[in-house]
Amino acid sequence: MVSKETAAELPVIVIKPSHGWVSLGLRSLWAYRELLYFLTWRDIKVRYKQTALGAAWAVIQPFMAMVVFSIFLGRMAGLAPKDVPYPLFSYAGLVPWTFFANGVSLSANSLVGSQNLLKKVYFPRMTLPIGTILSGGVDFALAFVVLVPMHLYYRYPPTINVLWIPLFLALAFGAALGVGLWLSAMNVLFRDVRYVVPFLVQLWLFATPVVWPSDRIPEAYRSLIGLNPMAGVVEGFQWALLGWDRPPGLLLALSVAVTAVLLVSGAFYFRRMEKTFADMV
Amino acid sequence: MKGPVIRVEGLSKLYRIGQAQPKYHTLRESIMEAARKPGRVLRSLAGMDGALGLDDEIVWALRDISFEVEQGEVMGVIGRNGAGKSTLLKILTRITEPTEGRAEIHGRVASLLEVGTGFHPELTGRENIFLNGAILGMRKVEIERTFDEIVEFAEVERFIETPVKHYSSGMYLRLAFAVAAHLQPEILLVDEVLAVGDAAFQRKCLGKMGEVARQGRTVLFVSHNMGAVRHLCDSAMLLVDGRIAMRASASEVIDAYMESVSGSQENGLPGHVVYDAEALGEEIEGTRVIRLELLDLDEAPMPSVRTWDDFVLRVVYSSDTEIKRGAVVVFIYNLEGVLVARMSTQPDSDYPVTFRTGRHHVDCHIESLPLAAGEYIVGASLARPHTGWIWKRKELGNLRVESRDVYESGRPPVSSYTLLALRHHWSG
Repeated sequence: MVSKETAAELPVIVIKPSHGWVSLGLRSLWAYRELLYFLTWRDIKVRYKQTALGAAWAVIQPFMAMVVFSIFLGRMAGLAPKDVPYPLFSYAGLVPWTFFANGVSLSANSLVGSQNLLKKVYFPRMTLPIGTILSGGVDFALAFVVLVPMHLYYRYPPTINVLWIPLFLALAFGAALGVGLWLSAMNVLFRDVRYVVPFLVQLWLFATPVVWPSDRIPEAYRSLIGLNPMAGVVEGFQWALLGWDRPPGLLLALSVAVTAVLLVSGAFYFRRMEKTFADMV
Repeated sequence: MKGPVIRVEGLSKLYRIGQAQPKYHTLRESIMEAARKPGRVLRSLAGMDGALGLDDEIVWALRDISFEVEQGEVMGVIGRNGAGKSTLLKILTRITEPTEGRAEIHGRVASLLEVGTGFHPELTGRENIFLNGAILGMRKVEIERTFDEIVEFAEVERFIETPVKHYSSGMYLRLAFAVAAHLQPEILLVDEVLAVGDAAFQRKCLGKMGEVARQGRTVLFVSHNMGAVRHLCDSAMLLVDGRIAMRASASEVIDAYMESVSGSQENGLPGHVVYDAEALGEEIEGTRVIRLELLDLDEAPMPSVRTWDDFVLRVVYSSDTEIKRGAVVVFIYNLEGVLVARMSTQPDSDYPVTFRTGRHHVDCHIESLPLAAGEYIVGASLARPHTGWIWKRKELGNLRVESRDVYESGRPPVSSYTLLALRHHWSG
């Protein structure tokens, strides 16, 4: 029951057309943080429903990739780094990579996959791609835990730099979201995105020092691979876990900068397209 | 609180043709487009013109709408299909943006058009209540507080830990509705046209609406059901082609709307022709009804029908294929949308019909029309019995029943007193 007295304190919503580049709407995103929590939680709950192996898939995906890469690239192509077992090396990179790759693929389809919601309910649309990427965090944690027995098996202790891992993970999240915002918004207009994404992710993997060690690149140019934001993330993981003596300084700085550009531009693009989602999807 | 809770000023919404429908572009189309008109695709990608094609045909779904709704007012929004009613609700719920103008809303808005959206079949009833509540804008603590009430209202206690994909459709709808019904918004928007579910469920929606209205909250009610609007609303607004044609008390607006509906049929057709697709410029293709006319028993045109008349309702169809075992169905509604009569060759009368190619007709012989004087709406459809509709139209044209003193009392039955004029007499 609404009395006349309390009505004055009610929230006032002003609806008007937006023009040009609109604000990022971070305030309304914050107001809907509980929705973000529930969407993430839903994606986690639903992800492995009706699968026989369940959450084991979170580990099987990077682990099988590691096995394949170890045989074909590590042994046959001789891409192994000098003093690290190839399986450990590639798995350390595949763990954050899988988080990124799944995040990009799922978030790119997040808007189109929620057409019903877009057409019938108002809420900050950005919660959809953010939620799908966040829900990959559980997969990441499961895959990450497998590193423990691997380190034990190869008698290769990680370094104290492991403490930096959350920051590298945050960078991977930022990169996935930056790309996801661009792709999900474009997907509403052009369904081609759906077909481009698997291809893009595959190419991106080989452009990232996951399966080949970056010391194969001449010292002078190595930092430039940091233009690929995932290069910074993967280098960071390898540095923290494998104890390489080359901290990814400039390379990492480049990756952070590129991620920031992707994220901010993606967010503005997303917000700009947001008003057409309900009509176009 | 001073002033209205909803204030709308100069609101307009423009759609490009094709944009309102779920259509999407492929890159290939855009590339070809780009080859012809470079720059355009880049502009659309950058969101500089909502859709491809700056010079596409445009439609103003709403044009310069201004109105105010006071707190506690229950306002009906009526108008024909495509008049802009649903677009207005979509703008007020912030699902889509207006092209021009502004609206100011004081308080939380909820709409009963979103019942069950966001339900996930794999999640249990409990989980869906939380998810759906959050999507509709409820806080977690609010959901927790009303959780037991929601479950009780939906009558699903025993299945609350069961994934909703195992629910019957009735349970599913009850649960979805229960969540929406416990939102407790200050402003409730109801789009009856979009409301799903069976008659019982729609009644429940209407009941909830009445309850909300009695609590002094503001309701906007979009409906084709004039009876419900008259019953539930204080005031009403009539939309015609995206503009406000009238804003007054509910009964005044409904009367004017009914007048306009019946008036619009006087389109120069001969009196006995209820409907003529060609005169209306409709496309004749496939298998469809093209004409409805009233004939007397000698098959001569009958320009007016009175209560208790015998006459023939001729359904002329056109077909480009032969369809064996077809059926013709005729509907008669009153102006409030109540189905008064339904007559079919199959299954009701078990009269065999074969649709032959070309133009042919089927006649429905009506004896002693039991309708009181007034305006009615006639619809017709073609079907394959027990299989599906071939062609269906609820409103084809108007049937005006002229008054006749059938009881010889000087008081001919009229539809405002009785819909049916039954042959009867009294004794005692």
